[in-house]
Amino acid sequence: MALKIVVCIKPVPDPDYYDKVSIDPVTKRITREGIPTIINPVDKNGIEAALKLKAQYGGKVTVITMAPPNATENLKEALAMGADEAVLLSDRAFGGADTLATSYTLAKGIEKIGGFDIVFCGTESADGATAQVSSQLGEWLGVPHLWSVFNMEASSEQCLRVKTKAENGFMEWDIKLPCLLGVSRELNKPRFISAMGIIKAKNKPISIWGKSDLDVEDERLGLTGSPTKAGAIFTPDLKRKGEMLTGSAEEIADAIIEKLRAAGVNIPTQGDACSIEGGAQ
Amino acid sequence: MQFFEFTEEQELLRKAVREFAEAEVAPKAAEWDEQDYCPMELFPVMGELGINGIFTPEEYGGAGMGHVERAICIEEISRYSAGLGIALMTHHLGMSPILDFGTEDQKKKYLPELCAGTKLCGLAVTEPGGGSDFAGQKTTAELVDGQWVLNGRKCFITNHHADVSVITAVTGVDEKGRNQLSAFIVEKGTPGFSAGRKEHKLGLRGSVTGDLILNEVKIPEENIIGKVGAGAKIGMAAIGEVGRAGMSAICVGILRGCVEEAVKFANERVVYGKPISKLQAIQFEVANIRTEYEAAKMLLYYAAGKKDAKLPATTDFAIAKYYSTEGAVRASKRTMDLMGGYGVINEYPVGRFLRDALASIPSGGTSHVQQLIIAGNTLSAFKA
Repeated sequence: MALKIVVCIKPVPDPDYYDKVSIDPVTKRITREGIPTIINPVDKNGIEAALKLKAQYGGKVTVITMAPPNATENLKEALAMGADEAVLLSDRAFGGADTLATSYTLAKGIEKIGGFDIVFCGTESADGATAQVSSQLGEWLGVPHLWSVFNMEASSEQCLRVKTKAENGFMEWDIKLPCLLGVSRELNKPRFISAMGIIKAKNKPISIWGKSDLDVEDERLGLTGSPTKAGAIFTPDLKRKGEMLTGSAEEIADAIIEKLRAAGVNIPTQGDACSIEGGAQ
Repeated sequence: MQFFEFTEEQELLRKAVREFAEAEVAPKAAEWDEQDYCPMELFPVMGELGINGIFTPEEYGGAGMGHVERAICIEEISRYSAGLGIALMTHHLGMSPILDFGTEDQKKKYLPELCAGTKLCGLAVTEPGGGSDFAGQKTTAELVDGQWVLNGRKCFITNHHADVSVITAVTGVDEKGRNQLSAFIVEKGTPGFSAGRKEHKLGLRGSVTGDLILNEVKIPEENIIGKVGAGAKIGMAAIGEVGRAGMSAICVGILRGCVEEAVKFANERVVYGKPISKLQAIQFEVANIRTEYEAAKMLLYYAAGKKDAKLPATTDFAIAKYYSTEGAVRASKRTMDLMGGYGVINEYPVGRFLRDALASIPSGGTSHVQQLIIAGNTLSAFKA
């Protein structure tokens, strides 16, 4: 089977320049202008997964991103890793998109690419870190989707056996193609770019599509299509606070329990199934 | 004059090699230095990345790029390990005579495996009697019954454990009675050919440097590179434009290490209530270190650019090599000064930078030899 694989990537600010990143006080959005970008690290795991599947089954890997025009640099890097072609969705109208508008636009871009067997996304971006786009995109595309994939193998011609992370364990799934997978960093080790890859990338196509190239509804795009409104952005105060309690050991223990309960810690009362016989000494 | 900048592909290559160096070289560089261990396991990895064959055409398994790109690779690797830097640069140094002067059969036979990094290459010219006294070599090669028979000893040979060595030897004398040299390809395992003692070096540790012993070594007649008597030209071309380029790139890597380490330390070290980077005395040091780096970088990439443009670049590489090696010594000493007592603590890499910079001076000709080359060119080129 020759697979048609699409990988969504996102340019995020280069961590070396984090001290230059600021938040717009009015729109509460990250100001990224003039800051060099890198491919969102976990998206590279998506590229690696795609390239491995292509090596195994043949096919074509297309990378896609919705970003400002200079994202061609990030796409070239993906092409140098070994992807076959790239698509940049770039238009003023796409600006200011939240995850809903982003996933909608990406879905329309993927629609225009024309059919797919698997779409890979990273679990989340290093900057926004909402971790919503992959699942939303799966919904827009109307295909089964899984998130936080850390293990994957083809179990049959049209089926993948996939493991996703869960609290204190994992879940194992068989997922039918076409599907979408949000992959985690544990899935694989992204390959280094080779000099030969850089040379080959020179001749690989990068298509740039704007609003008029896609079959889209204007009100679903960019800022207009974004229901998310950030209220305030602040750094939580995580300073430690000390408090001295006085009294007998028993009184202090009771006071501690009371304070913990008041802070939301779930401590069973006597008589609960798991209560401890005896009591504090 | 055109504005001097790297192409988009060169910038992407730098990024790619930097990612490799940060992941695979940086975490182990101090250990390689301490244990004098050469990470041969990385050669196949560098092969996949195209680093070994960076300037070798694609038809022989290389990446088909040039010497600017080679300098980028060596700089990025030497930023973390100058020891691996010289092992790699010497690998290139041995490959270049085969590529530039070898027959089609020699190129097809040797270059693909050398590009892949499944085999290691080296160049052996220097002898116990001297390295810069090129024509004074004692190693001989004699054609007997359709085979070259080599006898002699080479010393200070980096990658003396190579699978493929390019070796110069005396094959006769010219009409003026001067030694006539030729260059040969000798494979590891040839009877009579062995690696002798390994040197215990001050710096550039993690690269293997030592003797090569040739005792009645018989190799096929077709293992000569170029014509009989072309050995001096072949050896000098490799050393002058590939060897010195490599040493310069190593020291530009060390210099960038100095800049980055100095800035990091100056910003983190707080004395009298503020980071020492706020002190003018420290800023003067930082400015000097940065200037050494930028100057060396410009000289190196200018010379490499000239070579890629097929212009004579031997003097330019001599200038680059002279300036960047001495500059790396000055800058690593300055970085140590800036760090006070921490400068001599081996948890910081700066002491290693200084040792590596010092060890870079004799390789490819000492600073005095570079000065002679530069002066020789200057005295004729600037004659009114």
